Amino acid sequence: MRRVSRGTSERARRVARRVTDPELPMLTLADLGVLRDVDVVGDSHVVVDITPTYSGCPAMATMRDDLVRELRAAGFDRVEVRVSLHPAWTTDWITPAGRSALAAAGISPPGPAPSGDGPIPLTLLPTARQVRCPQCDSPATELISEFGSTACKAQYRCTSCREPFDHVKEI
Amino acid sequence: MNSRIETPAEDEHDSVYSGLLVNDAHWAFGTVPVPDGHGEDPLAGVDTTVPEGVDAHVLATYALMLGDDALVMSHRISEWTSNAPDLEDDIALSNIALDLLGQARLLLARAAAADPSIVPALPDGSPVPPEDALAFFREAHHYRNVRFAELVNGDFAEATVRVLLFSTWRLATFERLRASRDQVLAAVAAKGVKELAYHRDYSARWFVTLARGTDESRRRLLAALDALWPLWPELFDTHAVEAAAAGSGVGVDPATTRDAAEGVLDQVLAAGAVPRPEAPRRSGVLGRTGRDGMHGEPLSRLLAEMQSVARAHPLGRW
Repeated sequence: MRRVSRGTSERARRVARRVTDPELPMLTLADLGVLRDVDVVGDSHVVVDITPTYSGCPAMATMRDDLVRELRAAGFDRVEVRVSLHPAWTTDWITPAGRSALAAAGISPPGPAPSGDGPIPLTLLPTARQVRCPQCDSPATELISEFGSTACKAQYRCTSCREPFDHVKEI
Repeated sequence: MNSRIETPAEDEHDSVYSGLLVNDAHWAFGTVPVPDGHGEDPLAGVDTTVPEGVDAHVLATYALMLGDDALVMSHRISEWTSNAPDLEDDIALSNIALDLLGQARLLLARAAAADPSIVPALPDGSPVPPEDALAFFREAHHYRNVRFAELVNGDFAEATVRVLLFSTWRLATFERLRASRDQVLAAVAAKGVKELAYHRDYSARWFVTLARGTDESRRRLLAALDALWPLWPELFDTHAVEAAAAGSGVGVDPATTRDAAEGVLDQVLAAGAVPRPEAPRRSGVLGRTGRDGMHGEPLSRLLAEMQSVARAHPLGRW
């Protein structure tokens, strides 16, 4: 196989890193941590690895299509998008730039994800989180529901400015 | 009056509709593979080699059981969409159904990859991917889900108890399945554990709220628990396929999850001051239950609704 120049690999990476999330368009797939690897393996042949956020995430097909379209437009004729299931995606992979972009768009970024491979404890009280209002920065917020507009979000409201907002759940 | 029609901006990203026609060769109930690469295969690029010493048919059937539980339960919960008591719970139940549907898709795809002979044959040229063929083109007696999953829905208290029992049981299974020798099952379980923990907490909180709410909410909750209880023991029966899967290190013997599941459930019952129900278990039909393909009429009706369009258009695209 012909050796791929560093410039070509870098260009493929740059193109893939520009692709945004269909449901959180203020975030790139790279910032979300979904884009795991971009590799040019041959002449115009790119292999991209992505990790799904949730098992049923309906945006996966669109992510894949967007990556294929952008890379093809950049001259990579053969684009292979592979699914990488292990390790499982965690909100800890959202980059600092991604967290800032979420907050700027009025979505509260996640705190540290719970860790551990042992039994999952039952939690009968609302999950304790330090969530600040992305509008007025008040710490006086309350949970409305652990399920929100997409699989990855919970709904909160700010008791200071009264605005409801989304919070990305720690997983 | 100005009758000029605005044309979309040239940048395709400016219109939310413009992207819809980019890859428009989608089959109605999934998506067709694109010519190069792996298309929409949910396991594209994943190593699906059957682990050494594992019977491929056992692994496939075991994955099918777990996948069918999720698929049928997902369909039942999705029937709550636009019918829940308030918007937040409508969204919550829809999210739970979506998580389970995602688990089902991965598990059915895993089953098909392990042993393609279990996938129903379709006409030549059919764009239906294997996991969709399993979902839409099998008869009820080929479904291996537990009967608990297929029961007809009741009121919101019933949905609460149903999700609580199902997610408590499934989470206990998935916690152990993370150590499966099959890397695909282990990965599905690792992801599923996080999702099921949210389902269990959600339903457990509602359980306690309803149990300690009004006389009416408590009455309805207890009635739902009594009605679902006869099918709880069946969840912990060990089918020969489950025993074989557990024996070769790829599956979990349901009997080994019983103490953990009961322990969690006892905590919830105690928090709601609800005594353990005493209703006897529902027997199988000539000893056969859901895992053997023995189901009640509700599953046939559910599948008729879920499968009718796919079966009418096995070559359909949209």
